[in-house]
Amino acid sequence: MNGAGIIKGLVETARNFAGSYHDRERLTTVQYPEETLPPVENARTLPFLVYDGGDAMAGLRCTACMICEKECPPQCIYIIKDQARKPDYMGKMQLQPKVFDIDMSVCMSCGICVEVCPFDAIKMDQVFELSTDDRFAGLLFDNEKLARPNEYFRQLHKTEASEVDARREEEKRKAAAKAAAKPPLPGGVK
Amino acid sequence: MSARFSPPELAGTDFEHPLLEVSLGPHHPSTHGVFRMDAALDGETVVKLKPVFGYLHRNHEKIAEKCSYLGSMPFTDRLDYMCSLTNNWGYALAVEKLTGLAVPERAEYIRVILGELTRLINHSAVVGFLLQDMGAMGTPLMYAFREREKILDLFESLTGARMMCNYMRFGGCRCDLPPGWIGQARGVAAKFPLFLDEFEALLTGNEILKARTEGVGVLTPELAVNAGVTGPMLRASGVNYDIRKVDAYGVYGRMDFRVPLGERGDVFDRYMIRILEMRESLKILDQALRDIPDGPILNLNAKLRNLRPKPGEAYGRIEGPKGELGFYLISDGGPNPYRYRVRPPSLINLTVLEDMCLGQTIADAVVILGSVDIVLGEVDR
Amino acid sequence: MSGADQIFVWIGHEAAGWAPAPAQPLVSAILAIAGIMAVFGACFALTTVAERKILGRMQNRFGPNRVGPYGLFQPLADGVKMLTKEDIVPFSADKTLHFLAPLVLTVPVWLAFAVLPFGRNMSALDLDCGVLFFFAIGSASELAVFMAGWSSQNKYSLVGAMRAIAQMISYEVPLVLSTVPVLMLAGSLSLNGIVAAQGSHTIGGLARWNVFTPWGLAGLLLFLIAATAESNRSPFDLPEGESEIIAGYLTEYSGFKYALFFLGEYLGLFAVTGLAVTLFLGGWHAPFQWLEWAPSWLWFGAKFSVLIFLFIWARATLPRLRLDQLLNFSWRFLAPLSLINLAVAAAWHWTGAWESAAAAPVRWLLCAALIALPAHWLGRALRGRLPPPRKYRYAE
Repeated sequence: MNGAGIIKGLVETARNFAGSYHDRERLTTVQYPEETLPPVENARTLPFLVYDGGDAMAGLRCTACMICEKECPPQCIYIIKDQARKPDYMGKMQLQPKVFDIDMSVCMSCGICVEVCPFDAIKMDQVFELSTDDRFAGLLFDNEKLARPNEYFRQLHKTEASEVDARREEEKRKAAAKAAAKPPLPGGVK
Repeated sequence: MSARFSPPELAGTDFEHPLLEVSLGPHHPSTHGVFRMDAALDGETVVKLKPVFGYLHRNHEKIAEKCSYLGSMPFTDRLDYMCSLTNNWGYALAVEKLTGLAVPERAEYIRVILGELTRLINHSAVVGFLLQDMGAMGTPLMYAFREREKILDLFESLTGARMMCNYMRFGGCRCDLPPGWIGQARGVAAKFPLFLDEFEALLTGNEILKARTEGVGVLTPELAVNAGVTGPMLRASGVNYDIRKVDAYGVYGRMDFRVPLGERGDVFDRYMIRILEMRESLKILDQALRDIPDGPILNLNAKLRNLRPKPGEAYGRIEGPKGELGFYLISDGGPNPYRYRVRPPSLINLTVLEDMCLGQTIADAVVILGSVDIVLGEVDR
Repeated sequence: MSGADQIFVWIGHEAAGWAPAPAQPLVSAILAIAGIMAVFGACFALTTVAERKILGRMQNRFGPNRVGPYGLFQPLADGVKMLTKEDIVPFSADKTLHFLAPLVLTVPVWLAFAVLPFGRNMSALDLDCGVLFFFAIGSASELAVFMAGWSSQNKYSLVGAMRAIAQMISYEVPLVLSTVPVLMLAGSLSLNGIVAAQGSHTIGGLARWNVFTPWGLAGLLLFLIAATAESNRSPFDLPEGESEIIAGYLTEYSGFKYALFFLGEYLGLFAVTGLAVTLFLGGWHAPFQWLEWAPSWLWFGAKFSVLIFLFIWARATLPRLRLDQLLNFSWRFLAPLSLINLAVAAAWHWTGAWESAAAAPVRWLLCAALIALPAHWLGRALRGRLPPPRKYRYAE
């Protein structure tokens, strides 16, 4: 028949029209900001620095090794080392960053800084509501703005955080067992 | 500045017959990016058409010469921004050829799954945009994007990002599938044929669509082969060339699928070929999701940082959703490539735009451009 | 029958009664005009929102729903936006014509509402030649399109205006011809007379609307298709929504003049819809005799809304036709078919003696075949000799 294709098309649109009133499949809009989509564990938007314990600056895992700065494709990380050292979770003395700036307007959320970091110090956050009217400084995040506690990391990326924590606990336990198994040196010298 | 077209020979005629010069400018209601067509019209018919592009040039190839091999991977996402995972795969293939790294089997299956999902999202978006250009007020586009969203959710739960996935690595993939992902992917693949049936009910028999696309923008197989056209455009003209069958890269050699071929090479054929290819992709998806083995996802010798391939060159190519996407790398032993070249399928397919548009009306030129399936990120790099 | 049905007539009478006796006809005319402008102005606002929401629902999304409950105050927001935009007139444009074009579009269309009967005793002007008046006035508004295109001094606008004129003139022929059977069988050009001729009832209390006859059904379909093209709506919106000539003859208009153009187009749509309801769908009559208790203007409104929904539905589904396909469709399919429809109406009239229950289906089928077969052959001729259906082979 001549107009059959057009009629089939009209039936299709009518079906979607009627379906939009009772079928969630036919009306998939999520009315942001009143409704939000459930967070996805693996999602990544922008990086943040992880710290252990209560004090952000003292507990920062970052040791200013400069690997993330070197590997970042758009070169948005800027680090200046601080010569004062602090102990890490194993008791070893490490450097720390005096200045750790990330320009979020340049960051392209690739996650390479996270992949290459040997200290699990930088991880991907999931925030995206970061609009600001300060064009240059508004999106330039420094140490303090970037630092987030380990509990935050665990809340965002449960699997990854528990794996990182388990590994660090294992290493601490092994180091403690090794230290306990060593015979004490003569003269009470450790 | 656009070049001036010279008027045709008047040869002693009594009156002037100048051509109307129209610039379908970079700001286009129905464009696929910032793209310009300078057309000379005789009444309504196109006499000459020159595509002008370069408005989205971002120095991708030069940046790659300064970035490390790994650092270029996120930039390849942004080439054909609708299909980031296949771009990643092409680049990873090229570097793996350069360095001689083998890819574990699980990673190959994951790559095939993601590649075919990418083909699905690309083709549904292309058909939606083609209909949008034809004035269908966005209804097929909205249906296509509704299905696309499900696949993008899959990408987000695996790679972390919906579109700029940055997932393939040299020697495998970046991270393993989260638990339940295969089940979710199977669910999406099971519902997709229903969507395709609805889509075809809306579109394929539609008389207006047929009247607008049949016989429009015919591309002969000889011209297609001579111009280096690849992808669905080539197969719609009847030439049997699918790199998945020719090179059998990855585990495509084990997959059972057919390659649809068109008859006349007009816009309707290209539309139909994309629908048929989507159905074949679903078949490949089912097989890959069923057969995926356990195992490592990254070659143990793979290096993330400081990759310095031995001096040499390699060309890695894949059957991207738009055509043959190739990456040509020359290494001089340093951490950055000496030369990095992308073979953009959209650009090469665009070179025959004028031949297809000659003799058609200007309204058809827009539809033909829609059927070529260009993404300016790839054309301009 | 009275009461709710005649409430507007009653209000008009009472209000005109307050005026001094010699001014009463003038006051009652002004009241009728004000009423029509208020109702159809509100209808325009509501239709813009309804169109966006219905289009949205068909596309699996909400329409506008932020401004007011269910987005109903969206036209206010749109109105504020249109009024506060800068009114740009091109430097080389013909200023008088550029200014007059929206007015020439809108004023005749308002005039066309004067003859439509919205309910029992509810037409503003009861002309003996209502249909003729309607079509004459409707054609006058087509001049505005060309004025807009010419005065803009812009080659895209001119091309768009010429295409629009070609389209509108071509579709006038089936538009008018499809109404001629109605006039023939009702025996009058007066719209009230045509509605009255559809007032009797047949078996089962079914009203004798023209659409329940084969020529009426075909006539309604032809009329609606031609009306879609006359109002530049999808799938015939090549002059206005085209991607390559930007906005066609509307390119150089901004702000309130643009809003006036849209008002004129939608009002034109309402006018032809009102005419379709009057000519084919029985005007303000109820479909069944036992439903006549509901007010007549409600029935008019209900049928009107159904037709508007049909227009929006077609817009959501169908892609655009190219200009030559559009013109071919009109001249080679719609116009001959409307002529054949005349013959079918005549056949229907001559077989009027077959009203008895046994022969009525035969009559219906015979007349339906008389129109369906030529439609099929004309459709085949329009498509031309088709290539064989395509087979997509798979590579081996």
